[in-house]
Amino acid sequence: MSTLSLLPLESRTRRRRWVPATILILLVAFALIGPWVFASPFAQDLSRYLEPPSLTEPLGRDEYGRSVVSRLAHATRLSLVLASLSVATALLLGTTLGTMAAWRGGWLDSVLRGISESFVAMPALLIVLLFAALAADGSLWALYAGLALAQWVEYFRVVRARAALILGSPAVEAAELLHLGRLHVVRRHLLPELRPLLLTLASLGMVTAILAMSTLGFIKVGLQPPRAELGLMITEAFPHYDAAPWLALAPVVVLFALTVSLLGLRRKEDSR
Amino acid sequence: MTGIRRTGEVLLKRSGQALGVALAVSILCFVVVQRLPGDVSYRIAAGRYGYDLVDNAAAAAVAAELGLDRPAWQQFGSWLAALAQGDLGRSLVTSRPVGEELAFYLLGTLQLTGAALLVAILIGGSVGVLAARHPGSLVDHLATTWVASVRALPPFLLGLLLVLVFSVQLGWLPAVGHGNSTSLVLPAMTLGLGLSGLVARVTRETVINVWSSSYVQFAHTRGIRERLVLLRHVLRNSAVVLVPYLGAQAILLIEGVIVVESLFAWQGLGHALVHAVFWRDIPMLQATALALALLVVSLNTVVDLIVLRLDPRPRRAGALA
Repeated sequence: MSTLSLLPLESRTRRRRWVPATILILLVAFALIGPWVFASPFAQDLSRYLEPPSLTEPLGRDEYGRSVVSRLAHATRLSLVLASLSVATALLLGTTLGTMAAWRGGWLDSVLRGISESFVAMPALLIVLLFAALAADGSLWALYAGLALAQWVEYFRVVRARAALILGSPAVEAAELLHLGRLHVVRRHLLPELRPLLLTLASLGMVTAILAMSTLGFIKVGLQPPRAELGLMITEAFPHYDAAPWLALAPVVVLFALTVSLLGLRRKEDSR
Repeated sequence: MTGIRRTGEVLLKRSGQALGVALAVSILCFVVVQRLPGDVSYRIAAGRYGYDLVDNAAAAAVAAELGLDRPAWQQFGSWLAALAQGDLGRSLVTSRPVGEELAFYLLGTLQLTGAALLVAILIGGSVGVLAARHPGSLVDHLATTWVASVRALPPFLLGLLLVLVFSVQLGWLPAVGHGNSTSLVLPAMTLGLGLSGLVARVTRETVINVWSSSYVQFAHTRGIRERLVLLRHVLRNSAVVLVPYLGAQAILLIEGVIVVESLFAWQGLGHALVHAVFWRDIPMLQATALALALLVVSLNTVVDLIVLRLDPRPRRAGALA
């Protein structure tokens, strides 16, 4: 029923989605190939201080004479990898706990819901900040754990609510009467229904994670120099705004392209 | 009667949440502090006396002062017990009671959030109403673009942009600082503009819905002037939808506060938190993190209560979740 009525809308939005998809693919390619192609992001050459962009050095060099394009590639890779890992962890954790809560109900449900009630009121940035800032000087593991911990509750709440509806549906009741087993219910009923929802949440989660990471870098409590990170690159470039505007512009453009393309990938009807 | 009971229910539910949040933040801070690499007391002592002058005796003194030499569960217990009595300890940097500092920073944060909400509602509301009155027009399309671009700009980039335009290029406003009234403008604009996109979109949708409702049409039939219909019927009924929506953005607002205060050096809780992280000022850090998290719950409580007042229609139990 729903697939039929949604078809025209679906094809319309799908056509519009190729622009953000292309941008995202280009960025991913840049992040994957860039670090192999360009020189080390840490190699300093003080004689090439704030060198403007040229053919051999497409984005110029920064205040230590480091290659900006190489640093940008490393920063993009870092953002994408860390964001996908933390979102994947949060998604797995939240979905598993949400399904368990909906299925088992009872005390498990109450306990998990109580925990989620507290987590849902906590700003994600606060959790990530505490982890990133105190665990070690710019440790990647701390940032990853903080990002995952800050986000799992969203998946838990959505999955729990939706799974409770699906598990109570006549189709699942029929499957249970036929003794088709739990695996069947999960694979044929739960996952197909949850998938679009989870994909939307995940693309939003990627944006949240990337922005949180760069925000922390920007206020200098996230990853520490000399690591190449988008937010850090923006703060480091800012004092040279007059002499070398491309220094700040490059990471800003990449960050903006990342968030816009990830937001653009969502389906139209899910836009919040 | 029922109104009072529902107010009580809201307060009870939110205080339960506040307790949970307080516990979660405390545990989080505590675990994080425990996992600090190296000897925490040595680091704090080094921060106090300088890395050249610090020795083991100084570190031991710091450990004893903070009770860091006791087992972890005892430390956690005493922190909770002190918290329950309202004792937040002393700042390691300024040596003043954390409670006093907190009150000062809380005032700054409340000023900023209040001003930002005002900006968001004024700009977002008027853009939304304009777009709703002329759907499909140029104004509507401009508003949609505006909403989308504000959504994709993180607060720190928006803030940088505003600084570049208004401080560096035009020289109208001070970029950073705290104190005079002009220094509030840029941080409040940054936070407010970030929220205004969402406000504009929700306002547009609700005003369109309300406008086509039967009671508004009846008001038109009665010959009430356009402006009065807008003020009396449309805006009030739209607020019933908009206010809970704003409540759901409280987390976003507080996240923005942390960023914007650090960016503009505005003396608020977020700025204090980042400083506490910088200087490893553990009591201050625990207190500011706790205050920020509780601020989210309080904002949500206020929103719940406003919704109860705005919308006296009986509602299903649990509809306020």
